[in-house]
Amino acid sequence: MTRVCVAGAGVIGSLFAAHLARVAEVSALTRRPEHAAALREQGLRVSGRGDFTARLDAATSPDELPEPELVIVACKGTDLEALAARVADHWPDATFMTVQNGIGADEVLGRHGAWKLLTSVTFMSGTRRSDTHVEYVLDTATWIGPARGTTPDDARAAAQLIASSGLKAEAFDDLRPAQWSKLIFNATVNTVAALTGLPHDRHFASLAAPADLGFLVRDLMDEGKAVAAAAGVSLREDPWEMNVHATQRGSAHYPSMLEDVEAHRRTEIDMITGALVREAHRLGVPVPLHETMERLIKAKEESWQ
Amino acid sequence: MRVCVVGCGAVGSLFAANLATLDDVEVWAYDLAQAHVDAINAVGLRLTGAGEVVGRLRATGDAAELPACDFGIVATKAMHTEGAIAATAHAFADGCVATVQNGIGNEEVLALHVERVIRGTTFPAGKITEPGVVQWDVKGETTLGPFEPKPAPAAEIARLAEACTRAGMPTTAVDDARGPQWRKVIFNAATNPLGALTGLTHGRVCERPDLRALASRLVDEGKAVAAAQDIELDSDPEELIDYAARPDVAYGHKASMLQDVEARRQTEVDFLNGGIAGFGQRLGIPTPTHESIWALVKGVEAAWQQ
Repeated sequence: MTRVCVAGAGVIGSLFAAHLARVAEVSALTRRPEHAAALREQGLRVSGRGDFTARLDAATSPDELPEPELVIVACKGTDLEALAARVADHWPDATFMTVQNGIGADEVLGRHGAWKLLTSVTFMSGTRRSDTHVEYVLDTATWIGPARGTTPDDARAAAQLIASSGLKAEAFDDLRPAQWSKLIFNATVNTVAALTGLPHDRHFASLAAPADLGFLVRDLMDEGKAVAAAAGVSLREDPWEMNVHATQRGSAHYPSMLEDVEAHRRTEIDMITGALVREAHRLGVPVPLHETMERLIKAKEESWQ
Repeated sequence: MRVCVVGCGAVGSLFAANLATLDDVEVWAYDLAQAHVDAINAVGLRLTGAGEVVGRLRATGDAAELPACDFGIVATKAMHTEGAIAATAHAFADGCVATVQNGIGNEEVLALHVERVIRGTTFPAGKITEPGVVQWDVKGETTLGPFEPKPAPAAEIARLAEACTRAGMPTTAVDDARGPQWRKVIFNAATNPLGALTGLTHGRVCERPDLRALASRLVDEGKAVAAAQDIELDSDPEELIDYAARPDVAYGHKASMLQDVEARRQTEVDFLNGGIAGFGQRLGIPTPTHESIWALVKGVEAAWQQ
């Protein structure tokens, strides 16, 4: 069996780890010792779309885990530097796959080691119930593409492994069109949700009255699309259509940045809106609305410090 | 002279109590907070802080009790203007009605119900500490002038300004009151929502260069909308922003909109950023930042309904 290590066992990492444990030898690299101990002793339960408990190895140090062939780096973007430093000098033959929001995670990770890299973007979502229990909410796909030292075939192999575990996965020869679609979507939906307190619901697509959020959402997405165009990326999906589609289903998803703000945690603003704004400045594309959102989120973070 | 203050909150109470100290002015107050009304009728309306005043006046929550008045002074929160003037308009059939409210767009609402409207801007501030008692925090100027589409006569505006001044509320009657009004609305629209959206006090908003620059972006859009109407601001809102950020002025002050958001009360954003955006749209002046901020604060209000 393939040996897989999931580094960072939050919601996304837990969903990968539990499903993959059915088809691979899975270990989890956690930050907290009690989290690793609980996973070793109780396993990892998935509820929601499916109900099963997976057995897996877990530790806080890579030295205590078997050397994996595939590492899925599933920590939050804010924790990526620290995690990369912990795995530096380990597992030189493994392929590392990043799943962080935004763009640039594979570059950050790549500065800490010469590993082969895959990049990915995931649309699945869940809710953390405890250290050993995650609820699987949205069974949307993870898209995987080649990055440093890997080929489209490597991406396809990883996608096949993940798909065989019961999750949805798809490989792309070039992930940028998909990644940018999600970046623009996330930079808009996460910041608007975090500043207003609204989950991603029908307000985000409403264009009925002058102050309706749909106008702001559309304008933010138009700025993002102009940046993508200047970067030479043709988007895989139109972010506005993604927004309308998601909100018309009647669900009200809580974007992670809204959860961060409500818990007074640092947000991923630097990796999401920050990445978009940096690209825009590099390319000379004006993004005054995204700058406004970035400033307001950063100031909001300051308010609870 | 008979004056009715419509909306006897903190600012309305400052006008009502001070005017009631004059022998030649009979003051009424219309307010829906029954405990405040009862206390005023029982023991008078008391101001403490910047001035110690006890005003004797008649208060009521029943508009039918109001007699015909020479002047109305409307001091409700801006979103309550429509309801308040619709209820009380009969008392001003032969009188003039002034607004001393925040934001822009209030005069237009008054003009739907009464014939002679006075455009006003006031800077004094305070808060109700208990029914019948208002802490007077800040003294300041009031400016009154005609609302151009349905103007009150200049002599009547001067008569009200003279009474207010004599009562301890320094008030100037001017031919064009739009300058002070737009200076105040630009100041409020550029600073209040930044505090409300981030949770930061006025001083901390101004300490962050990125947010201070965002405030300037809002000021610039507001100035462009004012300029398109040939309004000359009486001073630069930027100076007011920096002045208010001083430790001895309002560094630690939580903007009223932040207080509203923390208490989950509807804000006045429709009359601040929404007011500027609305004028901008009619005049063809782009106000993308005000529109964004307006939508975000409306989103905050919508989140409370979930």
